[in-house]
Amino acid sequence: MEKKSLRKAFGEFLIEIGERDPRVVALAADLAKSTYTEMFKEKFPDRHFEFGIQEQNMMGVAAGLASTGKIPFASTFAVFAAGRAYDQVRLSIAYARFNVKIVATHAGLATGEDGASHQMTEDMALMGAIPGMVVLTASDYYSAKAVLRAAYEYDGPVYVRLIRPSAPVIYDSSLKFEIGDIIEIKKGKDVAIASCGFTVHESLKAAEILERKGVSVGVYDFLTVKPLKTDHLQMFKKYRALVTVEDHVKWGGLGSNLVAALGEAGINLSTRIIAVNDVFGRSGSPEELYRYYGLDAFSIVAKVEEILG
Amino acid sequence: MSTNCDFEKLREIAHDVRVDIIKMIYYAGSGHPGGSLSLVEIMVYLYWCVLKHDPDNPDWEERDRFVLSKGHAAPVLYSVLARRGYFPHEDLWSLRKINSHLQGHPARTETPGVEASTGSLGQGFSVALGMALGLKLDKKDSRVYVALGDGEIDEGQVWEAAMSAAHYKADNLTAILDFNTLQIDGEIFEVMNSSPIDEKFKAFGWATKTINGHNLEEIRDAFEWAKSVKGKPQLIIAHTIKGKGISFMENKVEWHGKAPNGEQFKEAMQELGVEIPDESI
Ligand SMILES: Cc1ncc(C[n+]2csc(CCOP(=O)(O)OP(=O)(O)O)c2C)c(N)n1
Ligand SMILES: [Mg+2]
Repeated sequence: MEKKSLRKAFGEFLIEIGERDPRVVALAADLAKSTYTEMFKEKFPDRHFEFGIQEQNMMGVAAGLASTGKIPFASTFAVFAAGRAYDQVRLSIAYARFNVKIVATHAGLATGEDGASHQMTEDMALMGAIPGMVVLTASDYYSAKAVLRAAYEYDGPVYVRLIRPSAPVIYDSSLKFEIGDIIEIKKGKDVAIASCGFTVHESLKAAEILERKGVSVGVYDFLTVKPLKTDHLQMFKKYRALVTVEDHVKWGGLGSNLVAALGEAGINLSTRIIAVNDVFGRSGSPEELYRYYGLDAFSIVAKVEEILG
Repeated sequence: MSTNCDFEKLREIAHDVRVDIIKMIYYAGSGHPGGSLSLVEIMVYLYWCVLKHDPDNPDWEERDRFVLSKGHAAPVLYSVLARRGYFPHEDLWSLRKINSHLQGHPARTETPGVEASTGSLGQGFSVALGMALGLKLDKKDSRVYVALGDGEIDEGQVWEAAMSAAHYKADNLTAILDFNTLQIDGEIFEVMNSSPIDEKFKAFGWATKTINGHNLEEIRDAFEWAKSVKGKPQLIIAHTIKGKGISFMENKVEWHGKAPNGEQFKEAMQELGVEIPDESI
């Protein structure tokens, strides 16, 4: 299957939108190459701000730029965007309700060999906990472009979670996405698998295996992790069970939030959460790490079989 | 101590450490050669001639501490730790692999001899200061050494640590700035102008000394000077060459964080005068 870079999608998107909208500015913290804002810098050098290794300062400056009507896209690795600069994002951006787009690359264990220091597995919890913050994810090149467009069109702070590795293409350029949307990639009858980001691909593999074993599986791509809208959750009613899969810790991630939201929406089905369980990551390839931490297709199959009894 | 510090011997060790670094990163398929190679002489001098430490007892209470605040240079740290006997030398070839204790960035809980978990730039400096303050509280004469990158000092936390170290008169803390003039997005003063670094640290209350970070005599003099300073933390500004020792990597920003391919590996090994069996490429 063809693989394409989500980070490159961001670089291309910034140029597309930057050409049409002079309010768009980009901010970098010594990772302009890795986050692909360098492409924007080459085209619009005056609208690209490089801060060196200053993530906290960058987020604060993004807030100030937004106050003058700019639409800042501040980008760095997820661990520094959501972790290092948490308080600046919380107060200067979100509490002041400035229209800043935080584009975080290198989320999750999928970051690989750099190890735990660089594998941000808590960002959806941190960012989701901030009042009013929208949290979006992407599983491939085209979904990255679609969520970035929605983030741009929305007036308010948004956290976009991207991954380091290139990913197999799932969608095409016709993908329509609005904030709140969850994409049904595959319909099913027995079990739903809810996932986001890189683990969507493991979920699709798991679904294929399960179908061969006679289990009908629906696969859902949570391009929106927050807000989870009640009317969007109704489609899960028809299932007997739901398994969530994410490259993120269990506490405060997609699974725990979705299970809570389903409960509040009065949708009762048995659920299991597959996530990183109260441990830090470690060095290894993304594939090895997914096996090691039980996020791979076979672990998902086993969990589905366990829940179906 | 004195036999350890024979400069001829140290130069040989430095050469072998460079070989380790290139091999580790080549076998791992990723990692940071540039900023590992620029620190080699300083790390060798520290671990062979300066630090009071006991590889057989990494938790020895009287030891000096070293913190690699620029954690991406883990390969140079792992090489000197292995060569001083903290763990088997062949462990180096497992760098960044799934079951290795040698993580992409230094992890205190994984690797004997690693004092702090680093990799998020700016943090190790504060941790080193905390160690220095704790040792003073315990009336120990142990010292703390911390290596910083010249891009790393963009971080506000570095200046917070600098201010508080002088405030607390942490004269048992020596920072070494690996002044290789490059970070990821380019030349440091173009990316974010931090100059004048020397005057800034002085204004913050530090004693400073500038040296050639590849010259063992100057390194020795600087560490001796640092020990003699009273009432102030010390900064050694070490002019270095990023990628030092491998011509095609020297002063090249693109060698900050990537592994050589087979051809480049061969070329690097040739330059270091090391025979490699073809099957290892
Ligand atoms: C807080 C933080 N932001 C970003 C990074 C990504 N990063 C890793 S190395 C590096 C450049 C470091 O440059 P420098 O300190 O000069 O190191 P050296 O040249 O000695 O390798 C960056 C930005 C990081 N590790 N930590
Ligand atoms: Mg540097």
